[in-house]
Amino acid sequence: MTDITEVPSPFCGIGTDDLTIRVDGVSLKVIENGCTVNTPAFEQAITDTSARVGGKEVSLEAAVAKAAELLKNTKLPVIGGCATDVNGMRALLALADRSCAVVDNINFTGARNNFLALQDSGWMNTTLAEVKNRCDLLLIVGTDLEAFAPRFFERYLWNKEAMFVQDTSAREVIYLGKAPSGNASTSPNGQKAQVFESATEDLPEVIAVLRALVKGQPIRAVSVGGIAVADLQILAEKLKSATYGVVTWAAGALAYRQAELTVQTLSEMIKDINDKNTRCSGLPLAGKEGDQTANQVCGWTTGYPTRTRFSRGYPEYDPFLNDANLLLDSGEADTLVWVHAFNVNAVPPATDLPLIVVGRSGMTFSKEPDVFIPVGTPGIDHAGHAYRMDNVVAIRLKKLRDSGLPSTADVLNAIEHALREETVC
Amino acid sequence: MLIRLTGGVVYDPASGVDGQQQDIYIQDGRIVSKPIGEFLIDKEYDLKGKVVMSGAIDMHTHIGGGKGNIARTLLPEDHRQDPVASTHICRSGCGHAMPSTFVTGYRYAEMGYTAGFEPAVLPINARQAHMEMGDIPILDKGGYVMMGSDDYLLRLLTAKKDQKAINDYVAWTMHSAKAIGVKVVNPGGINAFKFNQRKLDLDEQNAHYGVTPRDILHVLATAVKELGVSHPLHVHGCNLGVPGNMQTTLDTIQGIGGLPMHLTHIQFHSYGTEGDFKFSSGAAQIAEAINLNKNITIDVGQILFGQTVTASGDSMRQHANHKLASPNKWVTMDIECDAGCGVVPFKYKDQSFVNALQWAIGLETFLLVNDPWRIFLTTDHPNGAPFTSYPHLIRLLMDRTFRNDVLSTIHPEAQKMTTLASIEREYTLQEIAIMTRAGAAKLIGLKDRGGLSAGNWADITVYTDNVDRQKMFEKPDYVFKDGQLVVVDGKVVSTKWGTTHVVKPDFDPSVEKGLKDYFDRYLTMKLGNFKISDDEITEDGRGSITVHPLNGDVA
Ligand SMILES: [Zn+2]
Repeated sequence: MTDITEVPSPFCGIGTDDLTIRVDGVSLKVIENGCTVNTPAFEQAITDTSARVGGKEVSLEAAVAKAAELLKNTKLPVIGGCATDVNGMRALLALADRSCAVVDNINFTGARNNFLALQDSGWMNTTLAEVKNRCDLLLIVGTDLEAFAPRFFERYLWNKEAMFVQDTSAREVIYLGKAPSGNASTSPNGQKAQVFESATEDLPEVIAVLRALVKGQPIRAVSVGGIAVADLQILAEKLKSATYGVVTWAAGALAYRQAELTVQTLSEMIKDINDKNTRCSGLPLAGKEGDQTANQVCGWTTGYPTRTRFSRGYPEYDPFLNDANLLLDSGEADTLVWVHAFNVNAVPPATDLPLIVVGRSGMTFSKEPDVFIPVGTPGIDHAGHAYRMDNVVAIRLKKLRDSGLPSTADVLNAIEHALREETVC
Repeated sequence: MLIRLTGGVVYDPASGVDGQQQDIYIQDGRIVSKPIGEFLIDKEYDLKGKVVMSGAIDMHTHIGGGKGNIARTLLPEDHRQDPVASTHICRSGCGHAMPSTFVTGYRYAEMGYTAGFEPAVLPINARQAHMEMGDIPILDKGGYVMMGSDDYLLRLLTAKKDQKAINDYVAWTMHSAKAIGVKVVNPGGINAFKFNQRKLDLDEQNAHYGVTPRDILHVLATAVKELGVSHPLHVHGCNLGVPGNMQTTLDTIQGIGGLPMHLTHIQFHSYGTEGDFKFSSGAAQIAEAINLNKNITIDVGQILFGQTVTASGDSMRQHANHKLASPNKWVTMDIECDAGCGVVPFKYKDQSFVNALQWAIGLETFLLVNDPWRIFLTTDHPNGAPFTSYPHLIRLLMDRTFRNDVLSTIHPEAQKMTTLASIEREYTLQEIAIMTRAGAAKLIGLKDRGGLSAGNWADITVYTDNVDRQKMFEKPDYVFKDGQLVVVDGKVVSTKWGTTHVVKPDFDPSVEKGLKDYFDRYLTMKLGNFKISDDEITEDGRGSITVHPLNGDVA
């Protein structure tokens, strides 16, 4: 039995790297600095250790050979999930290039709200250490932040000391849209966050009015989405008078059509504030289970985020048409490869197509895949790299135990090698 | 296996060989002397009439790191103009302004380049820089770690810590980030932007720390020298792009007091305020200062006309320039009490007075600086133009008639404001070889690259001589990387993985005491998790690390 300290987590997205984990054989127990997201994810037990073809246990080599055989004559395989570490994504993209596949990350529909805004007009963003040391006003839009990342407030807002904030407990927290589910946002001095609640689908109007007020434009309405315009006026003034305001949102929580316009309005509002003689920054929340990792690696390998296809021999990005679920539903896809090394509950969508699953040991299926290869989890069974929500910081994941499970990269590289001799796009 | 390259005309400034016919022998990846006695040649290339140089080295090119990936993500429409399909040898990807990593490696190699150095590695983003460079095939690579706007250094300066403390911190950071040089970008300015300062002159104080850019330059240049790092402090100066910044640049040269210093993309820092448009060329004054001050080296950062994207650590100046974004979308970031970045797409137009004059200023600089060992050929890829435009740039330098033909087509007012038409100089092949090979290797401190004498790694490029220098340099006959034939007739025929060049200057291990406390109190990562280990670069079996000697080391 050993205790491993300073363990980084690939699960919560905010780069917690102070966990202490007790390792007893292959069982793990988080004994310090756990949370409701990280603790179960680390403690998930290993079940399957051998691969299966058609429900029968086979050697890894046999499973790899079967996967390659299934992929050999496909017209449009789809690689979904895309939830793994940097080396796993490198191998996944090599396989996609080889098999002329479509790649799509499981969280892309949410992330698309950010990508469309970024690719249309850009943004001014910040990262977690800047928040920790500079932020004097945090505006949280449409998101239950503590449910998303339970330790966000403890680590980045209620830190005892900050380089440029005299009294961190005097920081102001304001929720717009969704109200918080708990009290993590209450300051150590007892000050509760201010909440301006509205229905999530009313946020486009609320944010549009807020931006207009920031720009000093007159608003005739007295209330929008159930929020008094006078309250929004006060919020606009606060944003303009803050020294280093930060606006945060989880793109996936803005679950309505064309939410990219909300992200864009927020981002343009932040730019406006920076033209009013103060600083303000955006802080998009993400980074869970390899989503930023997938988009980063796909970015440098192809030029595009995930939701990119290789069916014509070169990468083509389409944030709508390359949706894995759409391609499965329309019948365009003819094979599904599902890759998820982090979460046993992230199972593939129901499909009658040939199905290859490269998944975290412990995954269970309502319908047995044609090929199932259980893999280790980055940061538990093997070392690796994962990106945090703020995209700049890649954390070095540790190997905590000897499970003998292969990594995603091992498996996908082996399938790619097996295909190499045979396939031409 | 013994390979002979027979009868080529060799330009190897590192050995003083200037256009002599010589045979070159290659064994086990390296250049060897002609074997003594009888020997068997396994493979021979007849290079009679061909021009032979070592593989080219780009000493300043943005090929790895977060801001480049932001630039990629920002510009899907640019990639769509230049899709690159996979072949049985090469991976697919995209090209033009900010190519994908694999395509970066292929296209550099196809122009005869065998190494590229990323000049802006943020310590906190160094993992990404190395991972991206780890996916660039064929090329060797390395990075200059960015310091000077990090709060830790500014705190050291405010606390009046001595130079030794600075040196230890710089050396520690180089180790942690796996760097071969140190760069400073808008010294202290990226930090000042976080305090809402929008400009920072050489002697202007940071609002919080009271430290000036001049202070930062001095301690960092001193640290680099005292640590024995071969590459001098790599400086992206104050006031990038601001009319009149020529004076800032001259003051920076004077202010460094003889310490070695490299001024990067100096074209963007060579502007006067004369003329009807209050924008003029300062190239002559800058070149004069360079010629006089032997401690200074520069690269140009030439702009060339067309669409590109600017990706810089200089969040302050990029924010100030965002109104020029074309297409109109841009990103800035404040990053981890460490640095920042700004990404602004740009379209340089020959009919824009300012862009046309920028083009002329870059060329004036190339032609007025006398010593090719102290000036380097760059476009600050992708900021002035994508690296794929180098053959065109070489033709502009080597062919006065061509240069003047292009000059006659740019904005007429810009033509009046440049002395370019009267400059007769044409670069020679040897001078090109110095700028892009021997000089670059010497500047960076690569001990066995950039030359063709025995003992060097066999990074070799073979061209067919052609009066059209653009045609000549864009399509080498052969490129060898570590002795392996990787390019034939300007196309990749095989690939391999290059090494990562680093230096490891000594530091007092007690430096980590202060750092650990700082990390625990203020940063978001444990000190132990911050440091990059060698195996992060080598564990996938493709990467390797090459440690170069420090000045004063016994070879
Ligand atoms: Zn640069």
